[in-house]
Amino acid sequence: MTSGTLLHQITDYANRADPYPLYAELRRTPVARQDDGVYTVSTYWEINSLLHDPRLSSDARNRVPLADGSLSPDPEEDAALPPSFIRLDPPEHDRMRRLATRPFGPPNCPRRIHDMRGELARMVSDLIDGFEGREQADIVDDFAYPFPVMVICNLLGVPHQDETRFHGWADTIVSALDPSPAEGAAERQRVAQQARTELGRYLAGLIEEHRRTPGHDMLSALATDHGPDGRMSQLELITTAVLLLIAGHETTVNLIANGALTLLRHPEVLGRLREDPDLAVPLVEELLRYEPPVQLLPQRTALADVDVAGTLIPKGSPIWLMLASGNRDPRRFPDADRFDPGRRDNQHLGFGSGIHYCFGAPLARLEAQIALTELARRLVNPRLVEDPPPYRQNPVLRGPRHLPVSFDGLTA
Amino acid sequence: MSVDGPTRTFRRQGRVVVVGASLAGLRAAETLREEGFTGALTMIGDEPHGPYDRPPLSKQVLLGKTPADGTALPRRRAIDAEWRLGVAATGLDLTEKRVRLADGQEVGFDRLLIATGTRARPWPRDAEADLDGVFVLRTSDDAARLDQRLAARPRRVLVIGAGFTGSEVASACRERGLEVTVAERGPAPLVGALGGVIGAIAAELQREHGVDLRCCITVTALEGDPAGRLRRAHLSDGTALDVDVAVIALGAMRNTEWLAGSGLGAGPRGVACDAGCRAFDVHGIVTDDIFVAGDVARSPHPLFGYQFLSLEHWGNAVAQAETAAHNMISAGPDRRPHLWVPAFWSAQFGVNIKSVGVPPMGEEIAVTQGSLAEHRFAAAYGFQGRVIAAVSFDHARWIDFYRERIESAAPFPPDFTGVDRPPGGVRPVPADFPDPALPTHGPTVTLSGYSPSDRRVTFTPARA
Ligand SMILES: Cc1cc2nc3c(=O)[nH]c(=O)nc-3n(C[C@H](O)[C@H](O)[C@H](O)COP(=O)(O)OP(=O)(O)OC[C@H]3O[C@@H](n4cnc5c(N)ncnc54)[C@H](O)[C@@H]3O)c2cc1C
Repeated sequence: MTSGTLLHQITDYANRADPYPLYAELRRTPVARQDDGVYTVSTYWEINSLLHDPRLSSDARNRVPLADGSLSPDPEEDAALPPSFIRLDPPEHDRMRRLATRPFGPPNCPRRIHDMRGELARMVSDLIDGFEGREQADIVDDFAYPFPVMVICNLLGVPHQDETRFHGWADTIVSALDPSPAEGAAERQRVAQQARTELGRYLAGLIEEHRRTPGHDMLSALATDHGPDGRMSQLELITTAVLLLIAGHETTVNLIANGALTLLRHPEVLGRLREDPDLAVPLVEELLRYEPPVQLLPQRTALADVDVAGTLIPKGSPIWLMLASGNRDPRRFPDADRFDPGRRDNQHLGFGSGIHYCFGAPLARLEAQIALTELARRLVNPRLVEDPPPYRQNPVLRGPRHLPVSFDGLTA
Repeated sequence: MSVDGPTRTFRRQGRVVVVGASLAGLRAAETLREEGFTGALTMIGDEPHGPYDRPPLSKQVLLGKTPADGTALPRRRAIDAEWRLGVAATGLDLTEKRVRLADGQEVGFDRLLIATGTRARPWPRDAEADLDGVFVLRTSDDAARLDQRLAARPRRVLVIGAGFTGSEVASACRERGLEVTVAERGPAPLVGALGGVIGAIAAELQREHGVDLRCCITVTALEGDPAGRLRRAHLSDGTALDVDVAVIALGAMRNTEWLAGSGLGAGPRGVACDAGCRAFDVHGIVTDDIFVAGDVARSPHPLFGYQFLSLEHWGNAVAQAETAAHNMISAGPDRRPHLWVPAFWSAQFGVNIKSVGVPPMGEEIAVTQGSLAEHRFAAAYGFQGRVIAAVSFDHARWIDFYRERIESAAPFPPDFTGVDRPPGGVRPVPADFPDPALPTHGPTVTLSGYSPSDRRVTFTPARA
């Protein structure tokens, strides 16, 4: 089946640097059944309506075996920890997300993100100061990775010195998010589950400390705060902390790195951003459309027969929502393959939509806006050393593994 | 896009006049410029302020979080218009194509957009309405006055009418820690808009938040002291209440009086127009150069049996204004219909309420997700075997799904298996709308049309 091979090509590492022509081909069949029974949905309106469709479940417990008898991989399948809210349906999802929102955003903490502005700006300048005296830097290792990690650690109340420990766990967990049926997938899965358990154990200790001596961080609030929904149980708290810690930086790294890469490929936009920092807001929205850090959502299951664009997806089928493809759908966005920060009507799917709309979106936006504006302002004559750069293995969380950039110095 | 000779000339040097300088008027003006209209543009508005947003007036403004003059509408682009603010249009001469103004001047036009919206229905007895302490809430000046009075901590506020505006006012009062009584003629809050089943939930919400809610009751008189300050309200059950503030929230009246005698099909129900926003004259003949948009318009909708709908919905004002503006500067075949699916939101007592479609057409209602008891749910309304509307309490992110059900005339009762099914399954019950002939605070959608037949409609919106 051609579409089957097409999806394999998309997840194939060889096409990681530029999957967009393949997405264009995939869109010719908006809803395509793959060999293994997975349904891919690749056009904007169809993805968008499925994101609001209560007949789709995110709960792994609703999955049925694939044609070959296997289950699609799920890194959260793990006896030790319950699923995080990303892998739950309402009403459990809603309750957990409400609890997690209390210390993070409106209505209880409307200014939390806004008040982080100064701290974020300081972290960004410090990291760029570190480029002093060099002619080249790796925008991923030296900047796009450490920055969100520091941010999420501060936000959650994780001490910096522990960063290297959970870096390892996070890498392992994220690598299992790769849904491509590759050799060693089962082993990868097992190792990932173990990493998740270890990370959970580490966080459990931390939560205990915060419970005894609470600070202004989110873990302290989650462990002590009491709202109309009560409080998270210890296991719920751990699983939420694991989710926030990992989702809180693995995606932002890609947003910033993809952003830097795109800007270096469009020097005129880079120049405009240098002159006009306000451009950062629409620019980041366009980036989320053009190079979304989460390319697809491979974890939905149909609870009923669902008719999508004339194709019946049978009850029980696994569904992959191809967000990055929907973002380039020419029926939705005129001139969809053009990077245009001036785009007005830009309701991209970069953060998904519906009840699972990215929890950290306001923070990710701010981080990317500040990071890219400062890079544009301070690097003198930045150039890509390698184009395309080497990519990460992961087709879901897609971004450069390294992004070597040379420059002629720094402005203050 | 083909633009014929006269249209091209009109786009370059025509004269457009917009009467009503608020949401619909502004968005129309912006669309005109966006789509290449370079002629003369005049904006006429009777309020002294530039265009501002009304929904926050009964929410953030009454909570003291946003100042009343802080809700100016964001501008999408410069519109380069001549503004005539603080002066009402008082008449329309269709033959000479002129708008008469309150200051005696006249403004000529080639095409006119009527966007005069609605105003608050006043308390029916003038002497009582004039008492110090009696308020309505429609304009930012109204909101400023009311906010100021609430800040002075009155002993008790009486809200007359438990529609959306009245309920939001009551909610804001409670959040400010004020004692509030709500008097409603109907059996529950919001019944006109959402029916009795949802009304009962709205009543629970109010009472849980400490509102003294009194239904099936009317206020028979407002009484003042010798200095002309409101002191007491008399109710139809024979009781009286000591109150310092009364907010009249009895619904809205369409601003069409200025069109009386003009020959346009305009009256208390609004200005009738076709699906392309072109106004009808009194003979039901469509005019070519007069367009209508926003709360003041009533237009036929194929999804709802070609009934004429009058909507008091923010989103409708925007969408209809954009369509009207587009059609004003487009040749016939390039014009498009305004087929917006009605949608409305409200925020009260900590709950986000959203509705789509036309709930008052619903005969039955079925909770499809969540639970009524927890006040977090989505429910669908059924009309002749299909989904005609839906409402959600704190479940807004699903609402697009229900909109699609309505657009595709999906069967009712809903037959889907989804997440978060109510414990007892999906069971339809009568939606329990009051007899439309009985006056209440009024729904936010008014059906006022002739229905050609009871046909089933398949509606495919043009999205691409
Ligand atoms: C307190 C409040 C809360 C609301 N909350 C919500 C909500 O939560 N959700 C929602 O969907 N909708 C809400 N609405 C409704 C929404 O605000 C209206 O649908 C929207 O304002 C309609 O816009 P419009 O431009 O058609 O009319 P309007 O906003 O009424 O504007 C009409 C303008 O024309 C002026 N005018 C009238 N007659 C003349 C004349 N003869 N000459 C010159 N000018 C004239 C009026 O003074 C006014 O400025 C709310 C409304 C109010 C009042």
